[in-house]
Amino acid sequence: SRFEVSKVDNWKNKIQEVTLGATSADGGSRKSTVTLGGENALPYYFDAEMPHRNYVTVDVFDMPIGMAKAVKGNYEDVINDPAEWAKKVVRDFNADMVTIHLISTDPLIKDTPAKEAAKVVEDVLQAVDVPIVIGGSGNPEKDPGVLEKAAEVAEGERVLLASASLNLDYERIAKAAIDHGHVVLSWTQLEINAQKELNRKLMKQCNVPRDSIIMDPTTAALGYGLDYAYTNMERIRLAGLMGDDELTFPMSSGTTNAWGAREAWMVSSPLKQDSDWGPREYRGPIWEIVTGLALSLAGNDMFMMMHPTSVQVLKEITQTLYG
Amino acid sequence: MKINSPLEAYKFLPATNCGECGEQTCMAFAAHLIDRSKDLTECTPILEEKFRKKYEELDALLAPEIREVVIGVGDNVANIGGDDVLYRHKLTFFNQTKFAYDVWDTMDEKDLIERVKYIQDFKKFYVGNFLTVDMVAVRSTSGDPEKFAAVVSKVVETTHLPIILCSFDPEVLKAGLEVSKDRNPLLYAANKDNWKEVADLALEYDVPVTLFAPNDLDLLKSMAKTFAEMGTEKLVLDPGTFPTGKQLRQTFNNFIKVRRAGIEGDREIAYPIMAVPFTAWMAHDDPVSASYWETVVASVFTIKYGDIMILHSTEPYAMLPELHIRDTIYTDPRKPVMVDPGMYEVGEPTADSPVLVTTNFALTYYTVESDISSNKIDCYLWAIDTEGIGVEAAVAGGQLTAAKIKKGIEESGFNLQTDTTHNTIILPGLAARLQGDVEDETGANVMIGPADSGRIPGWMEKNWPPQKK
Ligand code: B12
Ligand code: SF4
Repeated sequence: SRFEVSKVDNWKNKIQEVTLGATSADGGSRKSTVTLGGENALPYYFDAEMPHRNYVTVDVFDMPIGMAKAVKGNYEDVINDPAEWAKKVVRDFNADMVTIHLISTDPLIKDTPAKEAAKVVEDVLQAVDVPIVIGGSGNPEKDPGVLEKAAEVAEGERVLLASASLNLDYERIAKAAIDHGHVVLSWTQLEINAQKELNRKLMKQCNVPRDSIIMDPTTAALGYGLDYAYTNMERIRLAGLMGDDELTFPMSSGTTNAWGAREAWMVSSPLKQDSDWGPREYRGPIWEIVTGLALSLAGNDMFMMMHPTSVQVLKEITQTLYG
Repeated sequence: MKINSPLEAYKFLPATNCGECGEQTCMAFAAHLIDRSKDLTECTPILEEKFRKKYEELDALLAPEIREVVIGVGDNVANIGGDDVLYRHKLTFFNQTKFAYDVWDTMDEKDLIERVKYIQDFKKFYVGNFLTVDMVAVRSTSGDPEKFAAVVSKVVETTHLPIILCSFDPEVLKAGLEVSKDRNPLLYAANKDNWKEVADLALEYDVPVTLFAPNDLDLLKSMAKTFAEMGTEKLVLDPGTFPTGKQLRQTFNNFIKVRRAGIEGDREIAYPIMAVPFTAWMAHDDPVSASYWETVVASVFTIKYGDIMILHSTEPYAMLPELHIRDTIYTDPRKPVMVDPGMYEVGEPTADSPVLVTTNFALTYYTVESDISSNKIDCYLWAIDTEGIGVEAAVAGGQLTAAKIKKGIEESGFNLQTDTTHNTIILPGLAARLQGDVEDETGANVMIGPADSGRIPGWMEKNWPPQKK
């Protein structure tokens, strides 16, 4: 007897296509751009071609920060120089994009003024010609100002501003994106209704065009809530495909969160009853890979990552599945 | 399952509301049948002869779309399959993927025993339990039936874990079966060349069997149909696991297609699926790369519908993520992840023992509890009601505050002044910013512990008992 199976008939809606980066033709200075979205099915499914592969943007910080030892070893030579750091991840680690996190702007860290932080953004834009993501410090009072200034100096480059969230003045971030031609990262915490609400506000209240929104529904590490993160993303993507136009946007994951899991960084198990955990140099990267991989299957398009081995293997598996 | 509302199930129940099943009403029991949290056999009245017909009808309607297959016997039995949905949030996935690690018949005896024991004993604590692996797959690499039988006997002697007998040679499989038939092993595998002989073995010994049709779903389906007609539905389907390139993409889609067809009601293909990430070792020479790739392939097929798999790498950096991704996917999304708030005694605390504050998020609580108890630290551990949110998120979100901590203390009936000699509370490192407030609210001394509870033992050595001021 022949095997037969039908395609899914209620995946009628396409995920919005969003392009990051602008070449000189479009008023920017990037050599290449990255387009996310456009899916008409779950990732890699035979139901419909997936128009764009997954992309990886590698984290760069505007000051030295605490990192797991296995990660840090790769960045010691550039840790004081964001521009060199950015160059290194593109040149040596095959990053498709670079994320510059302006964490020193946090009032509790260095309280770097927005204007000064914006200089780092300019340096990074000079140093590399891939599209970039600009992240604040996560401080809800400070971030809008920091991202406004950054958006201004990055005018025309179509960067991703990370992020608008419900607990800060998202209108300012939306406006900065619209005024300077950027894309907004709509970040919520593992809750599908909050994601709908924020997207709706960005579209209806702030008039952000549909082609300028990417979602970050939050990534929790393998063993530390990945079950929520996976299912949240899967539900969001399925709802989008079935026509919920508040959710038909590409998704991004802060995959680096995987390094928060003790299995990724601790020398050995704190529990005597556990079997030997083996060398952490190998445990850490695979923790980041499996965290990202699970989310890629849930529909995530773009990964923010840190360890070069993780970047390499995640790209290899997602590209193999992509075909 | 062919029905989806309690009302439909209710129609078949005795309707006496007798309460034997532990529910007040038949309707309540029916709801549990639909969400699969109770088994029909828990309604003892319906098992009586007079309800036989109803029982049989309902039992058939409630059967999961994907057949359940049992491997092994006794306490270590491995159930696979039994799923009803394609996405875990629609219900939950049942019978987590079983991991079988291989041994082979050209291993020397000492290595063999060591490896089997390692597989059997591997464990990792997580949220109140140990994660473990499940099975041993014995591969015939010699092709010699006697050798195979000898190694299978050794494995059977060494472990109670269920086993898979791997060879395409029916003679070899038969030799293995002879020495393991009481253990209900899974045969691997029948293919287009040997299927007749292997089917005979599966029927003669009444054991489950894997059907192997690499990248050929028509063949897979017709073999499954033939086996069913010959008299066995204890089948596992292996559509081939190709580890790289376009073929891996095809493998991925084969798994999706088989499971989708099964869930949508094609009984002829509604069996558990086997993945063989082991094939990664054919694509990579260097053992770290091979282990990594094997783990990656195993993760893909744990997420997408693999019910059982054969693996090779027993490196902890392969096994730990495999165990955790399986737990991730098979955790019941409907189950709350909290412990009851309150004061817990870890070990045998006295008035001199430390008092530690944590949250009632199950992951947090069990992590901290096990870090303390496994290091034999006697203490009081306070699970504050943060509505099931972990420390860092609860501090950020306002569920862990000085007021909450004070309230938690009062409600537990514990009195820091009279029940301890030190009137001291230890806060998690990630809640350090609450220190001043907690001192003010409770009048206790507040110490700040390490950020990760794994470091509590070392921290205690340096900081406990507290210096008298
Ligand atoms: C999962 C998660 C969530 C989930 C929480 C699910 C849950 N049930 O807890 C959800 C989606 C609900 C969530 C929401 C929010 N989150 Co959140 N979340 C995370 C995430 C990804 C993992 C947290 C986790 O589960 N860790 C694992 C558990 C076991 O850790 P833990 O409870 O802290 O316990 C450890 C230690 O504290 C210590 N420990 C515990 N008890 C004790 C006791 C003693 C005595 C000692 C010594 C040590 C100790 O040992 C434990 C094991 O290591 C982190 C990012 C990350 N770290 O990866 C962000 C994170 C914690 N979230 C954050 C934020 C800001 C929020 C929100 C406020 C966001 C928002 N604007 O809405 C909300 C708050 C919601 C609320 N409280 O109601 C921030 C916190 C930043 C900060 N430091 O202030 C983080 C760090 C993310 C980030 N970088 O921005 N979050
Ligand atoms: S045991 Fe059966 S008959 Fe009795 S209440 Fe439960 S479902 Fe109804």
